[in-house]
Amino acid sequence: MNARWSPFNVASVTLGLAFLYLPIVILIIFSFNESRLVTVWAGFSTKWYVSLFSNRGLIDAAWVTLRVALISASIATVLGTLAAITLTRYTRFRGRVLFSGMVFAPLVMPEVITGLSLLLLFVAIGLDRGFLTVTLAHITFSMCFVAVVVQSRLLTFDRSLEEAAMDLGAPPVKTFFQVTLPVILPAIISGWMLAFTLSLDDLVIASFTSGPGATTLPMKIYSQVRLGVTPEINAACTILIAVVALGVIAASLVNKRREIQRLRDEQMAQRGA
Amino acid sequence: MSDTVLAAARPVASRPSVLSRTFQAMYGRLVIIIPYLWLLVFFLVPFAIVFKISLSQTQIAMPPYAPVFSLTDGFGGLLDQLRQLSIDNYLWLTEDALYFNAYVSSVVIAAVSTVLTLLVGYPVAYGMARAPESWRPTLLMLVILPFWTSFLIRVYAWIGILKPEGLLNQFLQGIGLINEPLIILNTNAAIFIGIVYSYLPFMVLPLYSALEKMDYSLIEAAKDLGCPPISAFWKITFPLSFPGIVAGCLLVFIPAVGEFVIPDLLGGSQTLMIGKTLWNEFFANRDWPVSSAVAVILLLLLVVPIVIFQQSQARAIEQDR
Amino acid sequence: MKSLGSIRRSFAPWNDPDAKPYIVFENVTKRFGDFTAVNNLSLKIYEREFFALLGASGCGKSTLLRMLAGFDEPTAGRILLDGQDLRGIPPYRRPVNMMFQSYALFPHMTVEANIAFGLKQEGMAKADIEKRVAEMLKLVKLERFAKRKPHQLSGGQRQRVALARSVAKRPKVLLLDEPLGALDKKLREETQFELMDQQQELGLTFVVVTHDQEEAMTMADRIAIMDKGEVMQVATPAEVYEAPSSRFVAGFVGNVNMIEGTVSGRENGVARISDGNGLTIKAENIGDAAAGSAVAFAIRPEKIKVSSRKPDDPGVNVVEGEIYDIAYLGDMTVYHVKLADGQVVKASALNASRITDDPLTWNDRAFISFRPDAGVVLTR
Repeated sequence: MNARWSPFNVASVTLGLAFLYLPIVILIIFSFNESRLVTVWAGFSTKWYVSLFSNRGLIDAAWVTLRVALISASIATVLGTLAAITLTRYTRFRGRVLFSGMVFAPLVMPEVITGLSLLLLFVAIGLDRGFLTVTLAHITFSMCFVAVVVQSRLLTFDRSLEEAAMDLGAPPVKTFFQVTLPVILPAIISGWMLAFTLSLDDLVIASFTSGPGATTLPMKIYSQVRLGVTPEINAACTILIAVVALGVIAASLVNKRREIQRLRDEQMAQRGA
Repeated sequence: MSDTVLAAARPVASRPSVLSRTFQAMYGRLVIIIPYLWLLVFFLVPFAIVFKISLSQTQIAMPPYAPVFSLTDGFGGLLDQLRQLSIDNYLWLTEDALYFNAYVSSVVIAAVSTVLTLLVGYPVAYGMARAPESWRPTLLMLVILPFWTSFLIRVYAWIGILKPEGLLNQFLQGIGLINEPLIILNTNAAIFIGIVYSYLPFMVLPLYSALEKMDYSLIEAAKDLGCPPISAFWKITFPLSFPGIVAGCLLVFIPAVGEFVIPDLLGGSQTLMIGKTLWNEFFANRDWPVSSAVAVILLLLLVVPIVIFQQSQARAIEQDR
Repeated sequence: MKSLGSIRRSFAPWNDPDAKPYIVFENVTKRFGDFTAVNNLSLKIYEREFFALLGASGCGKSTLLRMLAGFDEPTAGRILLDGQDLRGIPPYRRPVNMMFQSYALFPHMTVEANIAFGLKQEGMAKADIEKRVAEMLKLVKLERFAKRKPHQLSGGQRQRVALARSVAKRPKVLLLDEPLGALDKKLREETQFELMDQQQELGLTFVVVTHDQEEAMTMADRIAIMDKGEVMQVATPAEVYEAPSSRFVAGFVGNVNMIEGTVSGRENGVARISDGNGLTIKAENIGDAAAGSAVAFAIRPEKIKVSSRKPDDPGVNVVEGEIYDIAYLGDMTVYHVKLADGQVVKASALNASRITDDPLTWNDRAFISFRPDAGVVLTR
């Protein structure tokens, strides 16, 4: 069909995707293993899921993680969107270089440094480590990811839409909420989802900044992994993967349906209906 | 007549009220000030604190370091405190070969892994960029999807595969390729695999966007002028994808240098990586000043690549604008 | 000697039965999935010819060019170049070069390196490459820009680099895909003549794809009009304009009035065509149209005269109407005349003098007149 889509290209994409997915698939399969070993198949069983749900420690940790993720993702989305607007719209203000540096650096900053520095800040200002400090830490690093996602959408945003709104009498704030925001909303939503999963996933920063009573799920999983690999962990991981995968797939399906609807509308319009 | 009706219906330009004017003026500044302050307080100030603590003395207390600054003592106290600053922690880092070796081996492991990730990622990105256009969004989503699942889980999955009695060895022995199980887990090889696996999407995405953006007629022009496909790749495609290569390599290299989870779970006890050293210094030895000094040096090590990364990002924004 | 149009041609190998065609498309078909881009097409192009493929976008003209360059292979049929079947020969081994619509200049190379690129592939000696590059730069008048990168050049300069790069290898045939499409109107007109001069100077065969009829008319020796993967007519610009072979060609090139009707009688090569609403005209150039068949009388606006007084020449067609619209264009004026049966005919008058003695205005009674041989009768 396409001369450029050569066997070599097909093979490299296929192998690349296999490499990315095989370990995850294996992990999921062995969560249903009857045996305690995660390397030898001994028949299908869901007993590890049952024992997982009777593990109070894990359930509590999951609840903490979920609350941290929801709160931090929401605040990070607001801050990250503001940062993205600043980066794309205000090209000239004092300290812009420092600002863009502070937005981009956390994307690549080793987590141990971010975690350590935030912990020392909390100690210095006398904030007790716990739920609040983990949330603050997660807001800080995930807002930068949101900023990058939203910024890339803002760069392709047609500014004449805003100019039209102002020409028709809408002041800047109204213009933002009635014109800009609806257009960049998909990017903001995917920014929120990214922030949510980043928070859900984080081990290192949470380990530094959380205190007693605010153990997150990754911390719990990590401490159990250090003791050895068990199907129960596989089961916990499978549930996490399933939640994230369902979320992402649902979002992309909604997107796709909207896209198809748009194409259909455009075709109708073309035909003059 | 209709002209007069219109003129009457439309008011002459009116000035907004004082209240709304102040609000509109504030709006522009607030957009900048809120995220700016947040990042200053939670990103920049903490670094200053790390730097400060790296210069103070270790104490067995909570917090386990002697405070360097405290404004309660006034100006005299401040001078007194300045005199107490010491570079002892840094001297300690130079005295113990452990730290130096950890830095060197982190950089080496990160560099080798980055090259491996590039070798694995380039064909994947190239294949995606040449795929039929209708497939590309799906392929892109498939590459990003694993990134949405927990990093910890993805690293954990490899333990069961790489163990001496793990699935890889079972498979290789099953097909008769090897007799003795390969020892991969708890070696640097396992760390390479872990880093390549975890960071592959970070390499593929910038490469893909550089390759996808490239005008295919350039390749056709090269062929038309007598250049066979492989040579056209090296003369046209490869140099033009260079910005993507730089971005991808930095996105892998910088965080890999300070990586903790991968060396901790997949590497052995003799694996030296600075992220792990810092973690142990902090959690096991509870030596906050030394771990701060370790962090400061790590940051200095990464300052150049981070600045290059930030510059290339800023340039990309300028080009898209 | 009578001839169509205003140009007498000495170069016309297509009229010579002994001339050997240089490029031959033989029953070529190209399908992409369900879509047929080129449908059983045959075409002959002669050496040193400036040949244009003209058509709307999606008519298959670019596919034809890409098959000649070797980027696409025909699904069926074959393409011969100088007697050699091109099937299976990859683009980098074909003695043809292409000038791309986007120019496809390598952004990471200087002008010089771009021009030298193809020569290096041949393994030409370094000194010879330098000499040839200098020659090419001189040809396109870009000597001062040798060290620049493509993004430091204007659109017209880029076009010339692209040309220099594609002719540097002295190809047997140069393919040009919308060569002037990216230039503005004024520059395009200048460049058209430059290209024609360069083609003369280099003695090459040019095959150019364009959707701009004026460009094709100006530059080409012959034009192939394409529609839906098929060639509708291959002829010189004058033939295409004055003797179109079908309604499609007549309507595609230039402005035309199409008077539809049936042949009600023919004698001595003159036919009577009635439109069934009381309009009857005399027409020559009737070809093989039989009495009673449905035809269109196609006539260009500039061949219709408009006047307020009825002309008294009995040999010409005279129809009464009313001035419906006037477009004053400076060099000429176009009148839209509504006839009694409601159809509107366009007639253009050259404003050869500054003052007219027969001024017409909206709603005036007017007479249009044209000779029976001023148009052609089309059956297809």
